[in-house]
Amino acid sequence: MAQFENRKSFTHDDDSVVVIIGSGAGGGTLANELAQQGIDVVVLEAGALHDRPDFLADEWPAFSQLSWLDNRTTSGSWRIAKDFPNLPTWICKTVGGTTTHWAGASLRIQPHEFAVRTHYGALEGANLLDWPIGYDELAPYYARAEDKMGVTRTNDIAGLPGNNNFKVMHAGAQKLGYECNTGHMAINSQARDGRPGCQQRGFCFQGCRFGAKWSTLYTELPAALVTGHAELRTNAHVAQIEHDAKGRATGVTYFDKDGKLHRQKARLVAVAGNSIETPRLLLNSASAMFPDGLANSSGQVGRNYMRHMTGSVYATFDEPVHMYRGTTMAGIISAEAGHDDSRGFAGGYEMETLSLGLPFMAAFLDPGAWGEKFTGAMDQYAHMAGMWLVGEDMPRETNRVTLNHELKDQHGLPIPNVHYDDHPNDEAMREHAYQKGSELYAAVGARDIYRVPPYPSTHNLGTCRMSAKAQDGVCNAYGQTHDIPNLFISDGSQFTTSAAENPTLTIVSLAIRQAEHIGRMMKERVV
Amino acid sequence: MFSRPLSRRVFLKSSGGALVGTLAFATGSIALLAPSRSWAVTTELLTTHEGEVLLQFTRHVFPHRDLEDAVYALVVKDLDRQADTDPETLTLLRDGVTALDRQAGGDWLALDAAQRQASVAEAAGSAFFEKIRSSAVVSLYSNPLAFAHFGYQGEEGDMGYLFKGFDDLTWLPDPGVPDSGPIPGV
Ligand SMILES: Cc1cc2nc3c(=O)[nH]c(=O)nc-3n(C[C@H](O)[C@H](O)[C@H](O)COP(=O)(O)OP(=O)(O)OC[C@H]3O[C@@H](n4cnc5c(N)ncnc54)[C@H](O)[C@@H]3O)c2cc1C
Ligand code: SF4
Repeated sequence: MAQFENRKSFTHDDDSVVVIIGSGAGGGTLANELAQQGIDVVVLEAGALHDRPDFLADEWPAFSQLSWLDNRTTSGSWRIAKDFPNLPTWICKTVGGTTTHWAGASLRIQPHEFAVRTHYGALEGANLLDWPIGYDELAPYYARAEDKMGVTRTNDIAGLPGNNNFKVMHAGAQKLGYECNTGHMAINSQARDGRPGCQQRGFCFQGCRFGAKWSTLYTELPAALVTGHAELRTNAHVAQIEHDAKGRATGVTYFDKDGKLHRQKARLVAVAGNSIETPRLLLNSASAMFPDGLANSSGQVGRNYMRHMTGSVYATFDEPVHMYRGTTMAGIISAEAGHDDSRGFAGGYEMETLSLGLPFMAAFLDPGAWGEKFTGAMDQYAHMAGMWLVGEDMPRETNRVTLNHELKDQHGLPIPNVHYDDHPNDEAMREHAYQKGSELYAAVGARDIYRVPPYPSTHNLGTCRMSAKAQDGVCNAYGQTHDIPNLFISDGSQFTTSAAENPTLTIVSLAIRQAEHIGRMMKERVV
Repeated sequence: MFSRPLSRRVFLKSSGGALVGTLAFATGSIALLAPSRSWAVTTELLTTHEGEVLLQFTRHVFPHRDLEDAVYALVVKDLDRQADTDPETLTLLRDGVTALDRQAGGDWLALDAAQRQASVAEAAGSAFFEKIRSSAVVSLYSNPLAFAHFGYQGEEGDMGYLFKGFDDLTWLPDPGVPDSGPIPGV
């Protein structure tokens, strides 16, 4: 796989390199954006390399191949703690991170969602804060990200053709007076950027065999490697970030595939391990100088964990649908995404078609269920349509990632515990969303309608949030930690609030902006 | 699992057991896939009786009236495999079947359907029940026979449905461009 060949390798004691932890949406993008500027980067990725020919069109085997399955524990009142106590998230451990099996929905956060403390006021039990960056500042980076990722219905790129699942959603949307189209997707509707158009496989969650869907795996990472300024090390699990007596990051230690510990020096360290591993790593890096973990003078590392208000509605019809054919997320309704107090909750939600194959349908329809109600739904699988509901959830200080000191992973490192209690606002929004989703399908003549509970979290946000003031969060508007100037947060952990939209376009836009900033700082020798 | 004639191995096994049967629906979607109507599934550790009880038990947990026993037998195969790698699972299953038989006054399989259903409901939540439910929810629905039965095309989708019916639904109005995008190349 020449595409993944390292043209350059750096020595362990080369302290001029930028070390990036994680190769997903944040890390992969940052690596390329820095390498394009001629900055040397070493990407350390805990997962192995699985490229397009290796992907499996079979849900459980693909899940085993790509997912992050290291043990985790859960607590709190969320249903996940009961249904999937050791699988709070559904994310990846593989080169390309979770962009290997994301669905591709690429929506911009709405302007008011960058300032929800201002717009919603103080909500009891919520740790709301305005982002230290506004929509207008991010807009040019959104534009660059959309171009990079080939987002449909931007840059004169046509929308994707709608599949059967879309047709059902669209017909219902017409009845309810909602606008509905095939959305902004980072999936090629036509060949672009050396990648083919979508073949409507329907295995977007298992890795796109054709590479029609944007993933850092076959875009950013090869583009970074070819510059000769980037080295990718796979099966490299970072254990700790180290620092000197001045409190500056000096490098990291990591385990290779044989469990051997290495130390890589660095001029600057950027963490993009997704919102569970990123705070876990900072907490696991506690030292005499930083006993509460790195960049944690605010005490906010690991707190304000957000996972979006989610839920799904599936409905069955007299006629067949075959929802699994074609793009997994085939249509989007944004009509409920705004902020409208009259609905009884703050913030809003998106409605997006979703389909699961038969194996995952059985697992997620109603975890733990058995008997005729369950089998009655499965019997109608071929006649089923479905949508996912995804909306803003409230940051809470008590929803947090902590270290579970009783349990260790394969490297002997304390595993993370993920605690989450739904906020009453999340519950009210979920109820509203279930209601509207059900109305939509009822309007098209649904036979049975199923309210499906949240899946293990696919969107994980907020655990090292951005803040204007150092005491309110972990990093500034560039992802630079308030405490350690050469330590950056480069993934969804930065999100101050979750907004209603799927997060990846914003993660990528922030990474592009961060890369510019790091380039500037390095030139000015501030870091 | 389909054989013509039934594999000799099934009858010559020294330990374990075998589930054998004939497809109930000669023209069903599974029969179309199968080279013959007879099927057999062998087990390494579970006895034939244990296998039969577990199969019936699974039918009560996930009752699909028209789903062939041949598919439920794959759950037994899965449980047998787990028992093979984990002695605790074997004990759990073996003790569970013994208890069911005892409660039924000898042979759980001799109970009528309603009595069996009641005894399954009573077992709900127990470790034995949960082992079967949590295994079956995966193995019952993650195999090509189930795919054929429930109308999921599985790996057939690997090459894409762009020219194979991704938008063949005709009972609702066609959204048309621009809400739907253009079909590439058309
Ligand atoms: C099924 C599914 C569907 C989704 N659909 C959408 C969608 O339609 N739209 C959207 O916007 N988002 C979607 N997402 C979410 C999207 O995938 C994530 O938001 C995004 O990938 C997060 O980027 P990240 O850089 O934070 O982390 P990831 O992409 O998860 O990358 C993190 C990487 O870091 C590595 N890593 C972690 N810890 C360490 C360590 N200690 N050492 C070395 N490496 C480490 C991991 O192995 C991983 O490869 C979906 C997610 C899933 C699971
Ligand atoms: S539906 Fe399109 S994007 Fe999804 S896996 Fe298939 S080709 Fe890739």
